[in-house]
Amino acid sequence: MADFLPQFTQQLINGLSLGAIYALIAIGYTMVYGIIGMINFAHGEIYMIGAYVSLVTLTALGAQSGVPLPIVLGAALLVSVVVTAGYGFAVERFAYRPLRGGPRLVPLISAIGMSILLQNYVALGQGARDVSVPQLIAGGIDIQMGEGYSVVLPYSRLAIICVTVVLMVALTLFIQYSRMGRACRACAQDMGMSNLLGIDTNRVISFTFMLGAILAAVGGMLIGLSVGRLSPFIGFIAGLKAFTAAVLGGIGSIPGAMLGGIVLGLAETFAAGYMPSQYKDVVAFSLLVLVLLFWPTGLLGKSRLEKV
Amino acid sequence: MSQNLKNAAIAALLTAVLVTPIIGLQLQRQNFELTLIPHWDKVVLASAAVFLIQLLHPYLFRNGRTAIRLPAWPQLQPRQQRIGMLVLLAIGFAWPFFGSRGAVDLATLALIYVVLGLGLNIVVGFAGLLDLGYVGFYAIGGYTYALLYNYFGFGFWESLPVAAAMAALAGFLLGFPVLRLRGDYLAIVTLGFGEIIRLMLNNMTELTGGPDGISGIPKPTVFGIEMTRRASTEGGTTFHELLGLSYQSQHMVIYMYLLALILAVFTWFVSNRLIRMPIGRAWEALREDEIACRSLGLNPTAVKLSAFTLGATFAGLAGSFFAARQGLVNPESFTFIESALILAVVVLGGMGSQLGVVLAAILITVLPEIARGLAEYRMLIFGLVMVLMMIWRPQGLLPATRPQVELPT
Repeated sequence: MADFLPQFTQQLINGLSLGAIYALIAIGYTMVYGIIGMINFAHGEIYMIGAYVSLVTLTALGAQSGVPLPIVLGAALLVSVVVTAGYGFAVERFAYRPLRGGPRLVPLISAIGMSILLQNYVALGQGARDVSVPQLIAGGIDIQMGEGYSVVLPYSRLAIICVTVVLMVALTLFIQYSRMGRACRACAQDMGMSNLLGIDTNRVISFTFMLGAILAAVGGMLIGLSVGRLSPFIGFIAGLKAFTAAVLGGIGSIPGAMLGGIVLGLAETFAAGYMPSQYKDVVAFSLLVLVLLFWPTGLLGKSRLEKV
Repeated sequence: MSQNLKNAAIAALLTAVLVTPIIGLQLQRQNFELTLIPHWDKVVLASAAVFLIQLLHPYLFRNGRTAIRLPAWPQLQPRQQRIGMLVLLAIGFAWPFFGSRGAVDLATLALIYVVLGLGLNIVVGFAGLLDLGYVGFYAIGGYTYALLYNYFGFGFWESLPVAAAMAALAGFLLGFPVLRLRGDYLAIVTLGFGEIIRLMLNNMTELTGGPDGISGIPKPTVFGIEMTRRASTEGGTTFHELLGLSYQSQHMVIYMYLLALILAVFTWFVSNRLIRMPIGRAWEALREDEIACRSLGLNPTAVKLSAFTLGATFAGLAGSFFAARQGLVNPESFTFIESALILAVVVLGGMGSQLGVVLAAILITVLPEIARGLAEYRMLIFGLVMVLMMIWRPQGLLPATRPQVELPT
């Protein structure tokens, strides 16, 4: 029993940081779903691209050279965010906008196609094998828990949690108080009416995709630095899990996506800690199935009545 | 024109920025340090291509988005469809006696996709339920045969009905709770189930052999007579001894092909009959308007469940046939990409159109073989085609003809 507390704390930090990443990606899913009602299947790939762009920038700047670390990291983050937002914009423009207003199945299949396309595009450009990411944020806080037990909280994982909290607060304020945020909320409520009232809905939709891509890019860069490994195929599973998180929290609701991400991250980490670890993906998907069966609107979602 | 030029320039610039970190600067590991190898020629090429396409865009798509003329079949009447089917069938039966060994083997694979496509067509095309985990039932079929052989020594023919029944049971059990969900949610839950099935097969190492799978699965027999060089049991006769032929491995290939053809024809026949029965009409009605159906006294759950279960049954048949053809099963064969491929067959063919699905299944297996030189671009092109098809021809190559009346509003 003595080792319970250290192990618990360690798992808590791991779970929270994993959940924070899921939450960052899940917001992209939930916002797009809230506004145009489609599952952007390619969003996981956008996250993977964000991770690659940040790694390329880090390498280009010469992470091991004399430039101070915060500047290098900041520059990589900036480049990654800008380029990935561009990808979000381009994907929506190319693959989804021409399909708007058609049957619901059509954009979903287009999104699956886009996901396959992006995955193989990166695999062709950067190679299909794993690349290792230099450990720039090394070390951690060593906490003595008494009786000789200690817990190491890696700085990279703490960075994930801090950055995510800051971004979530900023996003909430932005959606609540800015002009564009208000337009987003209006479009989510009633697209046709917003259009009539003079909101450029195409711009709002493009913006939503870019915002989702920005958050995913931050998540991609942080996970790369923390895990230390990237491959073109990390996006699919991460995207699926993030979607699970969005559904868990109630799709269409931004606080729901944050909550869902944290819950899923914790559930997965604790399940992996107390069960054979290869079953952690099974746990995540089972959670998805169970939530949808018994709680289809999610934790914070509103139920929608179908009108004739 | 100048507006057009400006758009094209912006698009090209955006492409250059987007493509540079992925294709333009390639990560390379040298002496434990990452370096970048620039490929500026590719970036310039990509930008130039986007510039040209964007410049010509207004001429290609003159009136709206569907103005481009794809080489498409004209709308076929049911009678012409039937003739098309018969022609395909005639070609199918003649094929093994003229084609080379490789061609026959490839055709067998195409026929497995025909069975899978037609099976999924019942779920997606007829009943309008988006199933992204169809490959799970395919896996259940394959593993049922593999496990029955491995533990109980069952042959192909004894296993086939069991595999179909197991897949149907799985479809029924999974469908029962999930079919209450609406379209997108259903798609995600089925995807989750497909992944769970694959992960379980991967992780239950003692039972399923884990990632290595199960190998050494025997090929089917001809009414109990083995088609091997030597009989496996003492004193047994083999096919070539019985007919007094010399042993040729080609015979097995042809036999497998003919079995696949029979299976495909059976699937086509059953689904073709089903859609004309009251249950088929109910599927289509439910796809069009669930609320109206419910008010007319149809039980949506029962109707959807029947489509889901039947679709799964065909996947089970195809799965056990696949196991027999390959001689081994492993979880690698049943990934999400496979589900996407089968869905692509249904969508490219035209949802609900059986002839379209058959043609699309043949196209999707044969085209990558022809384009072998482009092997590494295969999946890239596959994704691109999926997107472009949805933009240009969302109704598929050969859309199903549906009698419909528009009410004046």
